[in-house]
Amino acid sequence: MFILEAITKSFDGRIAVGPINLEIATGSATVLIGPSGCGKSTLLRLMIGLTTPDTGAVSFEGALVTPDSAPMLRRRMGYVIQDGGLFPHLTARGNAGLMAKYLGWTQQRIDDRLADLAALTAFPIDGLDRYPAQLSGGQRQRVSLMRALMLDPDVLLLDEPLGALDPVIRYELQDELREIFRTLGKTVVMVTHDIGEAGFFGDDIVLLRDGVIVQRGDIRSLVNAPADPFVEQFVHAQRSVADVLAETRS
Amino acid sequence: MKAFAILIVLLAMTGTADAAEIRVGSKKFTESVILGEAVSHLIRDAGGRAIHRREIGGTRVLFQALLKGEIDVYAEYTGTLSQEILAGLKLDSNAKIRAALAKRGIVMGRRLGFNNTYAIGMNEDRAERLGIRTISDLASHPDLRFGFGNEFMNRADGWPNLRRRYGLPQKNVRGLDHDLAYRGLEANDMDAMDVYTTDAEISYYGLRLLRDDLNHFPVYQAVLIWRAGLDPEIVAAFRRLEGRIDEAAMGRMNGRVKLDKVSESEVAAAFARTSLGVNAIAVDESMWRRLQRHTMEHLTLVAISLSAAIAFALPLGVLAARRENIGQIILAIAGVIQTIPSLALFVFMIPLLGIGGPPAMVALFLYSLLPIIRNTYAGLTDISPSIRESAEALGLPPGARLRLVELPLAARTILAGIKTSAVINVGTATLGALIGAGGYGQPILTGIRLDDVALILEGAIPAAILALMAQGIFETAERMIVAKGLRLKPAA
Repeated sequence: MFILEAITKSFDGRIAVGPINLEIATGSATVLIGPSGCGKSTLLRLMIGLTTPDTGAVSFEGALVTPDSAPMLRRRMGYVIQDGGLFPHLTARGNAGLMAKYLGWTQQRIDDRLADLAALTAFPIDGLDRYPAQLSGGQRQRVSLMRALMLDPDVLLLDEPLGALDPVIRYELQDELREIFRTLGKTVVMVTHDIGEAGFFGDDIVLLRDGVIVQRGDIRSLVNAPADPFVEQFVHAQRSVADVLAETRS
Repeated sequence: MKAFAILIVLLAMTGTADAAEIRVGSKKFTESVILGEAVSHLIRDAGGRAIHRREIGGTRVLFQALLKGEIDVYAEYTGTLSQEILAGLKLDSNAKIRAALAKRGIVMGRRLGFNNTYAIGMNEDRAERLGIRTISDLASHPDLRFGFGNEFMNRADGWPNLRRRYGLPQKNVRGLDHDLAYRGLEANDMDAMDVYTTDAEISYYGLRLLRDDLNHFPVYQAVLIWRAGLDPEIVAAFRRLEGRIDEAAMGRMNGRVKLDKVSESEVAAAFARTSLGVNAIAVDESMWRRLQRHTMEHLTLVAISLSAAIAFALPLGVLAARRENIGQIILAIAGVIQTIPSLALFVFMIPLLGIGGPPAMVALFLYSLLPIIRNTYAGLTDISPSIRESAEALGLPPGARLRLVELPLAARTILAGIKTSAVINVGTATLGALIGAGGYGQPILTGIRLDDVALILEGAIPAAILALMAQGIFETAERMIVAKGLRLKPAA
């Protein structure tokens, strides 16, 4: 689906990403993970062409992603970001249907598609005519997901889609989101900093540090065969409730 | 858009003058307006159609307008012609002035009779106490405060050369409106001013005229000047004024207008009836007709200049937001235009576009640009990056992003800019009267000249109401244009 070859990207003279070679297989669920500033979001933005690499090339389904080709290629990609990025002046329906409307879909066709997507994402039908300001954080992310799925893209790119939600809603949405991915069977690339979430979603986890790939594999290989001490430390850096209980007992 | 088109058509109609129409001009002081009215009465008496474009401005504005054919005839003074308009030619006789004007396609008539020269006036009691009788006497009182008309401050025969000629040491010299100077003298805010020898106020305020003992001031004989090639019958009609008005008669007429509050048209008509046996009838507009005309003129100025400014500034604001380096240049240029004093901006337009509506509209247009450009720029650049990128990530091309996402989000800020421009425009348009564009500034100017508060209010109040209405209209537009989603308080 995506091939990134010898990519480097620097901001203000500081190398943010690279050199990186990465191939994303069609139908896979890939998670990009690493500490803040490791370049995982930049990598995702390179794929959709919101950022152009200094050296190297990104291709999507055999087509080079460039500033000229990106607008057309993006119609085959869905993109969801942390705070949803919803347009405050449009209702949920207007947000999700904006691109389809621009492409000349009839309102009927848009509404039919939205009904399907609302069922898929468990979004209440009567909420479609509310504005983003009138929706909860979880509902806003569902609208953002509907917007990304509207044109039935080949791939879904998600940048910390659940990062801004409180833990209970996040937990519920993780379940739902994985169910949606399974139903759709689409290629998914997700960015997160949460190793638990990464293992929950991804059969293919790419761990980054300082802009380069440290280790790639499933969660089991990361836990059982860490490539270096950093991987081991990162995998175990999050405290579970069990850990906390054990610590207070001693 | 439709209203805009109608306004343009209306403007085009007012711009094309009828061939048989004689346009009489006058400067923005009473004597000139009375003479303009008298000329108009005589043209009408001879069967011509006279339009009096009153109080268009000062000497340069009138003479330029005559050269450009925007007016056909007005009353001028020989001293002004030789010392100011044709100053470089050093003309020392009326015959030489007449010849120099003829080269420019302008005819000068014979003198109307009176000599309205400059003089220096002081409060009689104060002059007596200080023992000042001649201009030379002023030299030994360096602390005296002078207030001179703005024209007098700058002209060749005015203050600069008067000071040199008499060696006057005074440092406290202010330029101000001639009509306000009388009140300044009365209030003892200053000690001496320039007066015209036919000013009615000289006797009213009891001023002492200081003798010009070194013969500095040239002779200012009133004459009519007109464009060559006017209908001879019409020319013969207004030339009946020649030799008929002496200083006393002119001073009395000035007094009738300025002190007795009789209209210039009525005073000129009375003169034509009694001195020339012409059956002249004063043409005074009723207050309502006048208000209607000023409203129409003012609305035309504002509507056209503001619509053009919106049409021009909005794309510039978008460009500024899209291209940061060009944007800084655009904002800098618009900023510089805004720093030009509005009065100066109006006057700059005269050599380019003449007098009347069009130059005023261009000046107002330039003045209305900055708030719209700046707010469009600010509204667009303030959109959060995540929203901007979401639109980009959808695959919308730049034009569609602008139309569907960015402009709607910036609408409130942009409208606020337009509202600011509209209010500034309505206020600044009152200055259009200085260059003959009419509008609510006209009664304000006339009111200042005649010391008539009611007349000032006749311009000031409607201008204030119009500004409030403009604000109201754009607030209503804001409710209609700004999306409901932007007016909601975000959910907790």
